[in-house]
Amino acid sequence: MVEHGEIRVVHRGGSKINFRQPVFTHDSRFLLCASANAVKVFSASTEECVHHLVGHTDLVTGLILRPSNHLQVFSCSLDGTVRLWDYDDGILIKTFVVGFPIYSIYASGSHDGVLFLTIPAKNDKRSDAFQLVAVQLPQSSEQLVEAREISAVLPDVSANPGAISFGRAGQYIASVCGLHLEVFFFKKQKSFRFSLKEENNKGIKNTFTCAACHPKEDCIATGHEDGKIRLWRNFSHKKEYTHSALHWHHDAVGALSFTPEGTNLLSGGVESVLVLWRYNQETQKDFLPRLGAAIAHIAVSPDGSLFCTAHSDNKITVIHSYVRVSAVIQGLVRGDRIWTDLVVDPRSKALVMNGKPGHLQFYSLQRDKLLYNLDIVQQEYIHESGLDQFEVVKVDFDAGGNWLATVEERKQNSAELELNLKLWAFDEQTQSFVLNTTVPAPHEDRISDLSFSPDRTTLLVSASRDGHFKAWALAPPTDAEDQSPSWCCDFVASYHGLAPHCCGFSADGSLLAVGFQEVVTVWSTASWELLTTLSQPPGHVRNLCFGRLSCSKYLLGTTTKNQLCCWNLLSCSLEWSTSMDVTLLLADPLSENMAAFCFEAGSTDLFVFKPSEPRPLFSHKAVCSGRVLRAVFSPREELLEGCEEDVQWLNSSRLFFFTPSMDLMTFSTKAEEDRLMASSKQLVIGDQVSMTPFNLLLGKRGQTEGQEVAAGSERVQPPQGSSAVKELLQTPAHVLPSTSYLCSMFVQSLLISTSDKREQNNVTEEEMESEKEEDDSEDEETQSSAVKPDVASGGGRTGDPTDPGLTKAQTKELRRVRKLDYSWLRDLD
Amino acid sequence: MGEFKVHRVRFFDYMPSGIRALAFNRGTERLAVARDQGSVELFNFPDNYCQEKVIPGRDGRSVEALCWVGSRLFSVGLDGLITEYDLDNLRPKYTVEAYGGPVWSISCNLEGNLLAVGCEDGTVKIFEVLDDRIQFQRNLDRQKGRIISVSWHPSGTKIAAGMMDMIRIFDAETGHAIHRLLVERGVGTAKNREVVVWSLAYLSDNTIISADSAGKVQIWDGLTGTLIRSHYITKWDVLALSVAHDESSLIAGTSEGTVVQFQFLSSGEQQDKEWIRTRTFKNHTHDVRALVLTDIAVVSGGMDTQLVVRPLLDKVEKNTAESALRKIVFPFKSLVSCAKKAGLLLFQFPDHLEVWRLGESEGYGKPGECLLIKRKPEKLIHLKRKGEDHICSSALSPCGSWLAYSTTSSVRLYRLQHSGNNISISKVSKLPKFLCSAHQLCFSPDSTKLFASSTQSSVIVISLGQSECKYVHTLATKSGSRQPVHLLAPSEDGKWLATANTDCEVHVYNLNKLKLHCTVPVYGSCPTAIAIHPMTSNLVIVHADKQVFEFSLGQKEYTEWSRKLQKQGLHPHWLERDTPISHIFFNPKNSNHIIMHDVYMLCVIDQSLPFPDPKTRLYNQMSLRGLPEAERVRHSHAFKICKSFQDVLSVISLEDQSLVIVERPLLDIMSQLPAPVLQKKFAT
Repeated sequence: MVEHGEIRVVHRGGSKINFRQPVFTHDSRFLLCASANAVKVFSASTEECVHHLVGHTDLVTGLILRPSNHLQVFSCSLDGTVRLWDYDDGILIKTFVVGFPIYSIYASGSHDGVLFLTIPAKNDKRSDAFQLVAVQLPQSSEQLVEAREISAVLPDVSANPGAISFGRAGQYIASVCGLHLEVFFFKKQKSFRFSLKEENNKGIKNTFTCAACHPKEDCIATGHEDGKIRLWRNFSHKKEYTHSALHWHHDAVGALSFTPEGTNLLSGGVESVLVLWRYNQETQKDFLPRLGAAIAHIAVSPDGSLFCTAHSDNKITVIHSYVRVSAVIQGLVRGDRIWTDLVVDPRSKALVMNGKPGHLQFYSLQRDKLLYNLDIVQQEYIHESGLDQFEVVKVDFDAGGNWLATVEERKQNSAELELNLKLWAFDEQTQSFVLNTTVPAPHEDRISDLSFSPDRTTLLVSASRDGHFKAWALAPPTDAEDQSPSWCCDFVASYHGLAPHCCGFSADGSLLAVGFQEVVTVWSTASWELLTTLSQPPGHVRNLCFGRLSCSKYLLGTTTKNQLCCWNLLSCSLEWSTSMDVTLLLADPLSENMAAFCFEAGSTDLFVFKPSEPRPLFSHKAVCSGRVLRAVFSPREELLEGCEEDVQWLNSSRLFFFTPSMDLMTFSTKAEEDRLMASSKQLVIGDQVSMTPFNLLLGKRGQTEGQEVAAGSERVQPPQGSSAVKELLQTPAHVLPSTSYLCSMFVQSLLISTSDKREQNNVTEEEMESEKEEDDSEDEETQSSAVKPDVASGGGRTGDPTDPGLTKAQTKELRRVRKLDYSWLRDLD
Repeated sequence: MGEFKVHRVRFFDYMPSGIRALAFNRGTERLAVARDQGSVELFNFPDNYCQEKVIPGRDGRSVEALCWVGSRLFSVGLDGLITEYDLDNLRPKYTVEAYGGPVWSISCNLEGNLLAVGCEDGTVKIFEVLDDRIQFQRNLDRQKGRIISVSWHPSGTKIAAGMMDMIRIFDAETGHAIHRLLVERGVGTAKNREVVVWSLAYLSDNTIISADSAGKVQIWDGLTGTLIRSHYITKWDVLALSVAHDESSLIAGTSEGTVVQFQFLSSGEQQDKEWIRTRTFKNHTHDVRALVLTDIAVVSGGMDTQLVVRPLLDKVEKNTAESALRKIVFPFKSLVSCAKKAGLLLFQFPDHLEVWRLGESEGYGKPGECLLIKRKPEKLIHLKRKGEDHICSSALSPCGSWLAYSTTSSVRLYRLQHSGNNISISKVSKLPKFLCSAHQLCFSPDSTKLFASSTQSSVIVISLGQSECKYVHTLATKSGSRQPVHLLAPSEDGKWLATANTDCEVHVYNLNKLKLHCTVPVYGSCPTAIAIHPMTSNLVIVHADKQVFEFSLGQKEYTEWSRKLQKQGLHPHWLERDTPISHIFFNPKNSNHIIMHDVYMLCVIDQSLPFPDPKTRLYNQMSLRGLPEAERVRHSHAFKICKSFQDVLSVISLEDQSLVIVERPLLDIMSQLPAPVLQKKFAT
């Protein structure tokens, strides 16, 4: 167990949800996805994360619904266990210990009690060799079961879970790896192997990328590196197999999936277009373009009504079967690298960094949710690898969050560097940033640092490798036509032709420190005169940071020659210095603490200290391997009351950092974890709206309201509950009166009922509601069905009985109220 | 210095004609190919796809469809005639007027006693096949609109006929229409155009497959007359269909040049099979007009004049000669003859002949260098043929003063008289009566005799004199072969004449005695080139399967070298070459050198060197160049191959140690073809 007060490095939010193929639950209401060490259960309609299935101790690498009980799900992980969950309640049912790191999991209805797992090839030392094994799940009532009955199925398979697929009724399993397709028939216990040539004469790569088996017919679809999809048939013979090719994708096919009935084949790739091929009529295809990023996985719900695609930008798109996007679940967008520093938006407290190409993402760390993307580049992004496109490289907010400065650049090897400095003003009305000023080519070379003045004056400093730093200020509108002020250059300075590498403002904004190679210059922002120069050669200044609060007289700098220096600005002398390779120096905006990430012996250590004393408050060895280059202090919403000295620094803000493998990590105390555990126990609202008294009232009203408002567009609910129809359907045909008689009766039943009947209905309805109030909300299913006929019979009512003359605005208001979240009410009782 | 001075001739504007129809005879494994200009070619598939026979065309004759009945070949055309061919004498045997306007299609029932032809006037006419002719039997119910395609049900009781916008099924006994299957028109603007059912196949399970101009391949139930499946395979026309003999697979050719394969596969446990589109082959740039699906290969031909044999890789052994793609572009018969002494070239076109004088160059150059041209080649004569029949063979005497050509109906001989730069041509009026037609013409090396291959493997010898031409003798064999002689090779000294016929017989005649000297043992493959060595009088024969034999005329047996070669076997790369050796000649400077060529290479066989080891590379010229002198001798072998000339039609050695290489680059042929259908290509 973790000792009290100990600080751990933990994943907190922003984990990958596109790592493995998401899984639809049997009723298509939830979407399960592997997310770092946990499984997240999302509601497919509301995009809300409903459950967090926590238990694995390493990366979750696969998910599959239990074929014999579709309310349970298996998950496998690199920690060598397979766990069985009840995703509805979020309970871990069983843990099967396999003992090998598992890379993917497959199951089929016709192989009961057997799971198929991809594990590393045992006697092979190479890490990229995998084998497919069958694991017999032992029948045991214990929680923790050892599953050691392993039998090999296929040697030499791909670790990519999309490369293996179960065929019709689980009779065979198809696996693609490299240039081979291997089909293993369980009945014959025999496998056939089909190979392609490495490259055809046109130099097109034939390598397999993924496979999918038709659910009803003997047909295997394989995706290839050159964008072709091949449909293999007749593969139960070694020689007479045949395949046809479909070619639409121009780059590698990333994912393939058949719909459950096998009528359609879905494919996706780098083009970010979901292609829907009609099976056996492949010339007719539908497209869903502009999905935003390369498609990595495609999943189809068991009833075929929903598709979902996982994209390379950590996004899951839920798509209706009529090829319309219905929901987007967006995680923290993580490319292969981040150019911008991590910044916290002072207004929303969201983490701001590179998101989609050319965008900034605002990611709420508290709610672990992407707030929105801000299009900075405002240019079409072309989905093709190897193109040089504009990318946001610098970003900064001013202290109040009213201004946002961004720098975008496009660096082509041969052509000139293209640079744009953009300034964005926060628009209160739209609650978003609006472009105010664009400065094309603000510098002649790359901008190395960008910094807003922390006080309330609007001053921006940009330092560039061309040897200058420029100060930008908000200028009043030059002519009458301009309504809003715009930014212009206020001051340009250089120092002995040296290239500035970093700059920083003191906490009160009166001083600006600019690091010109080995020299730190300190400028007064009021008069723009050079106050002093500080220098501690050898080594260029890498990072500059002013102390805060009580330590604001200190200026800290790091150099490339492994020095951390602290200057006293009052005496203009070196206060202390120490030798360490600091890759990143950060100041906590809410305290005088500073964090230094030091690279030592292949891993990064963290030191937290106060500038006033050269003694760390807290140190953590080896937070991760490799260099930490991006980190940020994020203010807490509620302060922690940690009293131990080494925990105190976490009281007002949290420190987030990115590992070199692009994992967002943070430091967490035991107390905090306990609290989180407690809060996660609370139920989260899904699409099954909780049954509070308010909700019962409002929800039902909204329902009838909704029907009334949408009567024009939506189908009128058939009056299945009406007595006329019942009579019509239940009476034997030979005793029925003539059709003409029935017709008039039927039409009458469709007409709007008279008002006294309405009154009567209303009374019964209210009675019912009061009954339900006593009920606890556990049995929702029966409740809704009990209410349904009632609603249906009242479906034709023009307005609410208690409030007959409802205006449109009122209706709108009511619906808005209905959308509000009343789950907190549950916590009250 | 180089071995030879080469005249690189590229002014022969030979233009092959587009392929219109194909018919494959499963019994004899012969493929009949009909071209746009009315000629019909026969290919022998087991014998390395060798082009055995060519029946020349005739002005006004068109072939729209071909049909084998047993080993008899019938064709129909838009001239309204049904033609049967005499395959021994390479000419139409007789024609029968169908009296129904242009005839679009012909189909034979399984028993081979009835022919159904589809006519422009909307009738399907049934002809009875008799032993020596065909006889009109009756008409099926006349329809409105032309009958484009006809197919018999294998039982012979029903006939499906493709028309405009519909398919009709007839009862073959009563002649009444049973079903009318309406074919959907194309979408968009094509809605207003009638859809043409270009091709039909009636399968034994009563399934009808149709290919139409709206780009569909449709599968119909012939019993109920309902559509089962419709496959859109192209935006343009689907022109041809062919079904495998076991009805497990079919192919369809489109205007885009693609061939799409469908296979009859069962998709699940329950044994309901259905036709599923599988592979697509793209070997043509233009319309695929005709298709044949043999047991092992897809054979396709079309507007781009190439005959493509694409083996199905699931039916043949991989990486063998059988599994290689073959494109047959050039005719096997030489269209070029050369006056070796006078430096004149004769080019044969179907409707005219051209005589060119070769250019002259200045001085000498380094090997591989282009020499400066002193005098440009010049076209001397453009001789239009008389009559309607196309020219089937032609020859120019070595001295350049005689020119002969033959059609199926006549042989004409001309005298060329040179006076300085001028040339005059005069027809030799009186020719022996025997000489009415010749399959192959050849002059003796001293230009005093003309050899003409005639019926029943005989060769007519005619002596040429200033005043008159006299019939000398008919050289006939006792083997009784009815096949025509297709190769004639007189020896340099005028003593021997070697002939080869398509029965694979090679005979050698003594011209002094005008008697059969000997017969080379019959080898099972058709000879593609023969030549007699001027010094040793050995006969060198190359067969369609690339086997090389040397036969001593003196000893009447295979030479020691030939036996050794047969014992060791030829290099596999040599045997895998897909074009036949079309000409053999000898290096006058080195009697050990036999020179032969095919379309893609020129090979010098040095009889003094050892044979290549099958494990080493056959084309080792480049690697030899890098070796030191001593090593080079050790590694060199008998086969020296030069690939610097491509698309070679003919190589002839002149008297003055120079070679004439006539090339016809494929690109030039392609550029003269009409534009293919418009296709959107990705990223253009």
